[in-house]
Amino acid sequence: MTKGANPRTYFWQGNEACVEGAIAAGCRLFAGYPITPASEIAEHLASRLPQVGGVAIQMEDEMASLGAVVGASWTGAKAMTATSGPGFSLMQELLGYAFMTETPCVVVDVQRAGPSTGQATKCGQGDVMQARWGTHGDYASIALSPNSVQEMFDLTVRAFNLAETYRTPTVLLADEIVAHMRERIVVPPQHQIEVLNRRKPKPTEKEFFALEGVAPMPSVGEGFNVAVTGSTHNEYGHRFTADPAVHRRLVERLVGKIRNNARKLMDCECFNTEDCEVGIVSYGCTSRAVFEAVEMAKARGIKAGFVRLKTIWPFPDNIIQNLAENTKVVIVPEMNLREVFYEVERAVHGAVPVVSVNKVGGSEMITPEELVVEMERSVKKS
Amino acid sequence: MTETFTIRRYLRDMTLPFCAGCGCVTVMSCFLRAVHELGYQGLRRFVFCSGIGCSAWIPSPYFEADSIHTAHGRSIPVAAGVKLMRPDLNVVVFGGDGDIAGIGLSHLVHAARRNLDIMVVMVNNMIYGMTGGQVAPTTPLGTKTTTTPYGSFEHPLDTTRLVVAAGASYAARWTTAHGEQLKEAMKKALKTRGFAFVEAASPCPTAFGRRAGFKDAAEMLTWFRENSVPLEEADKMTERELAKKIVVGEYVSREIPTLTDNLYKMLREAEKSAKKD
Repeated sequence: MTKGANPRTYFWQGNEACVEGAIAAGCRLFAGYPITPASEIAEHLASRLPQVGGVAIQMEDEMASLGAVVGASWTGAKAMTATSGPGFSLMQELLGYAFMTETPCVVVDVQRAGPSTGQATKCGQGDVMQARWGTHGDYASIALSPNSVQEMFDLTVRAFNLAETYRTPTVLLADEIVAHMRERIVVPPQHQIEVLNRRKPKPTEKEFFALEGVAPMPSVGEGFNVAVTGSTHNEYGHRFTADPAVHRRLVERLVGKIRNNARKLMDCECFNTEDCEVGIVSYGCTSRAVFEAVEMAKARGIKAGFVRLKTIWPFPDNIIQNLAENTKVVIVPEMNLREVFYEVERAVHGAVPVVSVNKVGGSEMITPEELVVEMERSVKKS
Repeated sequence: MTETFTIRRYLRDMTLPFCAGCGCVTVMSCFLRAVHELGYQGLRRFVFCSGIGCSAWIPSPYFEADSIHTAHGRSIPVAAGVKLMRPDLNVVVFGGDGDIAGIGLSHLVHAARRNLDIMVVMVNNMIYGMTGGQVAPTTPLGTKTTTTPYGSFEHPLDTTRLVVAAGASYAARWTTAHGEQLKEAMKKALKTRGFAFVEAASPCPTAFGRRAGFKDAAEMLTWFRENSVPLEEADKMTERELAKKIVVGEYVSREIPTLTDNLYKMLREAEKSAKKD
């Protein structure tokens, strides 16, 4: 059986790299609904999955897409869907179901400019909070933010690994620019790619919704007689809605299994954060302008550093706090009208000023020049 | 059949949640009898999916089997995900008219169109029972409900006919007053290759009957019996004569290639061509 792409260097589009990352991670079902700028993921998987014994199906809408993903995951398969903001909104219903039932799966959200239909073919970064708080109730989410074609591959693999490890849906929060650009990418040999799988129960086990941590997950059709429900349930998966203690225990565990492992989940690229006058916190496509801006600032005598969020949720409070301790001002550039900014402000907690650089409009990225202007202004003020 | 049927054999040791006179118990019993008469030893080869509503509780968590109790209206997509990856398992969906013909209607139509090889049992009580008796897409015109206090002013949906038009392999409608026919229809649905749909008109004395002027469940069953028209007779009647009637019988039973037949044929070819490359 054909496995993942041959290990070598490719010149791929971000969405294509995501597809090959998914296959390398063991994804065997894709269910999705067409939407720009994520459709290439559906198209490439429709071609690639049958070659590795997997299934790709186009469903009637986004609810059905994530529904089929959830069903497939309970057969033991690794499964994913891909969408953009409007579809991601529709998926929030079953995303909540996946959180509640602890169903591992991956949702790729290639962000575009919203709200609503917005600019369908243009870039935005406005779904950061939707990836954290989009569905109702108490839960904690995992969202990863790639900024290159290479990371579209690498972080897709990681998204599957985290989904399997923590028995939770994970979000690959990409954006139109990273998803549509073409770059050099190196696919490592399969044996060098870490692939993690959910823990399976022993034949005698009966608690699939444990009282603590992450329980083993049976598949349907194996004789476990597993009961899965989106209602509040006890450790056996049986609906148990009347007892406040049962609900409290369940949602505190759902939040706790992410929150208590936040340090392990955090993943940031840090540059010069120990000694800088100005620190930039960025993610996704916007971070690509930051590298150059830091170099340009250096030439103008400004000591700059940056933190790039590869994991957005859970938010790396301690890394941002560490940056704030070593800099005079923090700048947060985003292609939205402030989302991660507020998280940074919360983490910095007044230690230094936090300044936002925002650009919406879709076709225009934040440029290194614009960042340097803000860096000079902020350093002067501080 | 040498073994006698005992419903307890298929159920977890739990108290059922249904109101007195609820048709869900009849539907549950008909289904499990059908399973028994087809010679299945327990429910090991089955996966049950359901959504939100009273009838979603028929399998979940009461059946001693794998059951996935999904979000409202999404039982069919989840069942699709299970069936696509495990075509060897019998995947059965239970749902009410609100779940299947209301919020989840597009999934029903598309599952029938694809001829997805699952069985869907729609328990049609013509009301949103669990939420207290609001008008449903299946509520007969003129019926008083909590959200149509002056009588419903909408035409109800003929879900079974819709499923036939969409391309299902099997579709039948009976009422819980027709236990034997309902059970036989379920047996046939279980044996069907492809999408099989069984609609069971079912009394909800608590949320429907009470406001619609029925004294109790027995009166509702009498109403079902007296207003049911066999399909063959209905063909000779006018639309006006058929208003407020329940047309019962087997609507379709046909062989059409199923979704998983087509899919796995394609997959074998794709794997072959991938090997050649």
